[in-house]
Amino acid sequence: MKLEGRKIYKGIAEAEAIVTKEGISFYGGVDPDTGKVVEVGHELEGQSITGKVLVFPTGKGSTVGSYTMYRMKKNNTAPVAIVNQQIDTIIAVGCIISEIPCVDKINIHNIKTGQKIIVNGSEGTVEVT
Amino acid sequence: MKLEPEEKDMLDGKYGKAVQKSMEILTTLGEIFDAECMVDVHSVQIAGVSYDNLGEAGLEFLSEMAEDGKVRVLTTLNPAGMDRENWQKLGIDEEFAKNQNRAIDAFAKMGIITTCSCTPYLIGNAPHYGQHIAWAESSAVCYSNSVIGARTNREGGPSALASALTGKTPKYGYHLDENRHGQVLVMINAPIRGTDEYGVLGKIIGDKLGELGKKIPYITGIPSATVEELKSFCASVATYGGTALFHMEQITPEYNKYPKPSDIVFEINQNDLDKTRAELIDDNFEIDFVSIGCPHASIHEIAEIARILRGKKVKKEFWITTARPTKKIADETGYSKIIEDAGAKFAADTCCVVAPIKGRFKGIMVDSAKACYYGRAKNKFKVKIGTIEKCIEEATR
Repeated sequence: MKLEGRKIYKGIAEAEAIVTKEGISFYGGVDPDTGKVVEVGHELEGQSITGKVLVFPTGKGSTVGSYTMYRMKKNNTAPVAIVNQQIDTIIAVGCIISEIPCVDKINIHNIKTGQKIIVNGSEGTVEVT
Repeated sequence: MKLEPEEKDMLDGKYGKAVQKSMEILTTLGEIFDAECMVDVHSVQIAGVSYDNLGEAGLEFLSEMAEDGKVRVLTTLNPAGMDRENWQKLGIDEEFAKNQNRAIDAFAKMGIITTCSCTPYLIGNAPHYGQHIAWAESSAVCYSNSVIGARTNREGGPSALASALTGKTPKYGYHLDENRHGQVLVMINAPIRGTDEYGVLGKIIGDKLGELGKKIPYITGIPSATVEELKSFCASVATYGGTALFHMEQITPEYNKYPKPSDIVFEINQNDLDKTRAELIDDNFEIDFVSIGCPHASIHEIAEIARILRGKKVKKEFWITTARPTKKIADETGYSKIIEDAGAKFAADTCCVVAPIKGRFKGIMVDSAKACYYGRAKNKFKVKIGTIEKCIEEATR
């Protein structure tokens, strides 16, 4: 199944999806050293997003979150790609400065945790294999 | 999005890596927000300066951009996490000071003027009516859009830096007339006086706008307001309501440029002010810290503080946070001596919101509703709002 969305940041990545229905705040909500979600009560609390395609509706929280994403990329704890329902400036800027392929305007209900997916940030598509 | 040849060259890397990365940020934001083109900016204000907020991650990014990035327009900087000269006396540790200076050095390397102030409009980064600018720092964004009538969106640290290095911003949002119309009519039926009361008013309006899902209030019933009162109001309404622009009848320059809103109307009476003021005063706690200057104190405010403090002795930690150029004027006019003789401390370049002071104090008294918000949320202090006179009374009690 190929889903058509909007390109946010270029590049192609293939990995297992980790999906949440909740927004993500990278600043304070994700530990850049371990790659785990640490926001108390979050659906993904305690789970690692490292090396996965992170699928969530939209970003939230402080604009410093863009820098946290950059830190994760440098630490090799970042997700390999990001898929959003509707992008916000924090995640968009974070993907650009960290060079993480990103696509939005995707109905994320079509993606399940554990599925192998291919994100094409240059074309704006997501393929569920 | 339509790009000019020079903008395309920037995106293609012909102006170096930092410019290319900047253009990637700006064109992507432009696409997301349906901008038709870029617009030249005349001034930039950058936020995300305190090492407390940036961390090693932000610092790495800045260092990378500083490798070949140079500003193309007047660019100034938000407050840092410490007074750059007086940090030891203010209890900042050496490791933090070292890292903070690394961040400021990276900004300086790019040609940014390291003013370290949230009130650029008081110290030489003062755009004029109608100019397109790219500012971060929510209180200054609100002031420049509303009180000056310049045009900026609420930028974040990286997007403001991108505008500084390219001289461009995508033309959407508050850059366009159609998005600057007042949305909600706010009628004030009580006298509003003093920076603290304007902060209370900002919280009432900000909270209400949040409930309504609106951003731009059109305010009536205020006969006059000082620069200091407007600066306090801007900080508060931006903190509580995310407001980047308001119109105030007979006071702000665009108040009669667009139709006066009439669909959504709300009134503010004395009891609303009293109720909201009470929300900014916690119950039963010990005040061990007093801070004035959020946003940074003007020379007028410092003169007033000196007048009240003359001959008194401060008995609590008392900071006056301001821009360094303003502090220099205070030095030369003798206000600094009066204030420091009383035992109060200047904290230039920084403020009680961005300094790493979490846990150092139990309770803070301020004249700023914004400082109340961050005092609680970021630093876990109990808070009390009051006039500048009451703050000084508390500090000298």
